[in-house]
Amino acid sequence: MTRQEVFEKLDRIFQDEFDDGSIHVTDGTTADDIEDWDSLAHINLIVAIENTFGMKFKMNEVTGMRNVGEIADIVLERAK
Amino acid sequence: MDLPSFSQLKKYRKRRDPAVAPACKMAILGDCATQHLAAAIGGYAQYVGLDMAVFDADYDQLNAQILDPASELYALEPDFVLLYPCAEKLLSVYYDTPAERRCDLAEDAYRRIASYWQTLSANTLANVLQFDFAAIDDGCFGSFALKTEDSFPFQLRKLNYLLAEGCRQNKNVFLVDIDAVQSRHGRSRFFEDKLYYMAKLPISLDLLPVVAKRTLDVVLALRGRVKKCVITDLDNTLWGGVIGDDGLDGIQLGELGSGPAFTHLQKWLKALKERGILLAVCSKNNEDAAREPFEKHPDMVLRMEDISIFVANWEDKASNIRYIQQMLNIGLDSMVFLDDSPFERDQVRQALPELTVPELPEDPALYVAYLQELNLFETASYSQEDAGRTKQYRDEAVRRELLQSSGSYEEYLAGLEMRAAAAPFDPFHYPRIAQLTQRSNQFNLRTVRYTEAQIEDLAGDDSHITRYYTLRDKLGDYGLISVVVLDRQSADTLFISEWLMSCRVLKRTMEEFIINDLVRLARGLGYARLIGEYVQTPKNAMVADIYERLGFRREAGLFVADTASFQENKTLIREETT
Repeated sequence: MTRQEVFEKLDRIFQDEFDDGSIHVTDGTTADDIEDWDSLAHINLIVAIENTFGMKFKMNEVTGMRNVGEIADIVLERAK
Repeated sequence: MDLPSFSQLKKYRKRRDPAVAPACKMAILGDCATQHLAAAIGGYAQYVGLDMAVFDADYDQLNAQILDPASELYALEPDFVLLYPCAEKLLSVYYDTPAERRCDLAEDAYRRIASYWQTLSANTLANVLQFDFAAIDDGCFGSFALKTEDSFPFQLRKLNYLLAEGCRQNKNVFLVDIDAVQSRHGRSRFFEDKLYYMAKLPISLDLLPVVAKRTLDVVLALRGRVKKCVITDLDNTLWGGVIGDDGLDGIQLGELGSGPAFTHLQKWLKALKERGILLAVCSKNNEDAAREPFEKHPDMVLRMEDISIFVANWEDKASNIRYIQQMLNIGLDSMVFLDDSPFERDQVRQALPELTVPELPEDPALYVAYLQELNLFETASYSQEDAGRTKQYRDEAVRRELLQSSGSYEEYLAGLEMRAAAAPFDPFHYPRIAQLTQRSNQFNLRTVRYTEAQIEDLAGDDSHITRYYTLRDKLGDYGLISVVVLDRQSADTLFISEWLMSCRVLKRTMEEFIINDLVRLARGLGYARLIGEYVQTPKNAMVADIYERLGFRREAGLFVADTASFQENKTLIREETT
């Protein structure tokens, strides 16, 4: 799985969660960039990413992630 | 079982336009995060076609919302209040309790919850839905915990028992058994530790749709959406094999082949029958061959007397189901059809989309577990009369034969020797009265649904006159078949705020008997006018013009009878005193 493939899937997850087909996430995207990205949506995103990639985040990863790039890093790391 | 995912439910919820007044409202209060639960329940309501608005209180607002009469909760005037004190929070309280007081945990928690119920009953008309506690084994004692009063598993089980006992006494409180959901799917799927630590979310997103369904099952039952009948196929559904080919000795029942699975299904259906669900048979078979196992097979659990209507022929099943539905005179949406053949199921589904047709698994070993998981038979009431229902429908079959041998319909009715009685609501009949108000859809003038607690209040309230009617004839007892609530609207006017009747007694001149009785009652109490109203629903068209037919005149959208000059209707029912 390439980093680009991960981002393509992340785009779909974010578009689905926020019901907005125009969303494209990048390494630097944070919760500040998406208006409805609150703690509730955060849980939904985490579970959707886990289900899509067939992996589980550790708790400190969830609480420590600062941007979408770090999410992609963890997904790629786990896929090895 | 195919349910929408949590993220699909979230989208369903958005379909409800918040600017439009909903059909009903639910408030959710918990000591954990409940936003996801509210989204799932709101979405599931839309998914099943119930226009319900869901209000989600902020985190841990049980006390603040319930105890403060000026809270958002009471301003909302909800129809349902869902209380969700979660087991994880209880466990945390348990650990913070000094060891010597841990044996009181269940009783303390129960007292607090029961006080919520009381405060809610005193301040709202809402029905309370109470989640039970999903079991946790905290591993401090192992299995010995159940032998140890101050262990957490012991206290939690005791608390669930106290809740069950408590809601038997509190008629407007209904448990939602989420522990049953957890035990079916397993705690490792039900609870995701990380989500609870991070967000106080005690139910995984994966299983929230199942919990939402379990909750809505109770809501829908309270609103009258219940199943009343199971229609079942025979070959490879009720027994293994084909009776026409394999013969009486060859079909699988008891210990033969896959017999235990079919026997289990039959025992389960029999238990449903004993709790008031009608059983009917619809099979492509010669009738004699189809009946033979019911009459002669030693391992059959179900016998002919358990079946209200038995149809075995070579017609298509949809027509036969329609026939059964007409004979029983209940809605197709209150019936379930079991058949092992995907082909038959599809045909029936296409012809009768309102009917529930479970997608039975291929392996008969999975029939019962699958059907139980669907939780099709949720109910909001249970009365002793339910158990006798099958006999009533079988009496009906005898009546039909009598009708065919009578010279005219009137002669037939006269020959039935019908006797009816009227009485005010009494405690013995509260459950049956509440149940009728929840279930009657067709002969129901204003379709007001009452819980047992509300029936009790009506009975004790002098601004109303309550009345129920019973009917019997020489063949059997119909029991309590009609309910009337009258409001003392003014010094000269009585208003019929509810009138419903069981469709089993249609065309017996019972409605004539009731109206005569009501007019006489009104006149006797000095009321000059008796006023009725018809409130239309998708199902009650049959009574749209009943008041006019029975001698009321139409006036400003209502129907009026002047008690002094009222011409009594002809009825073939004699009055008897209870």
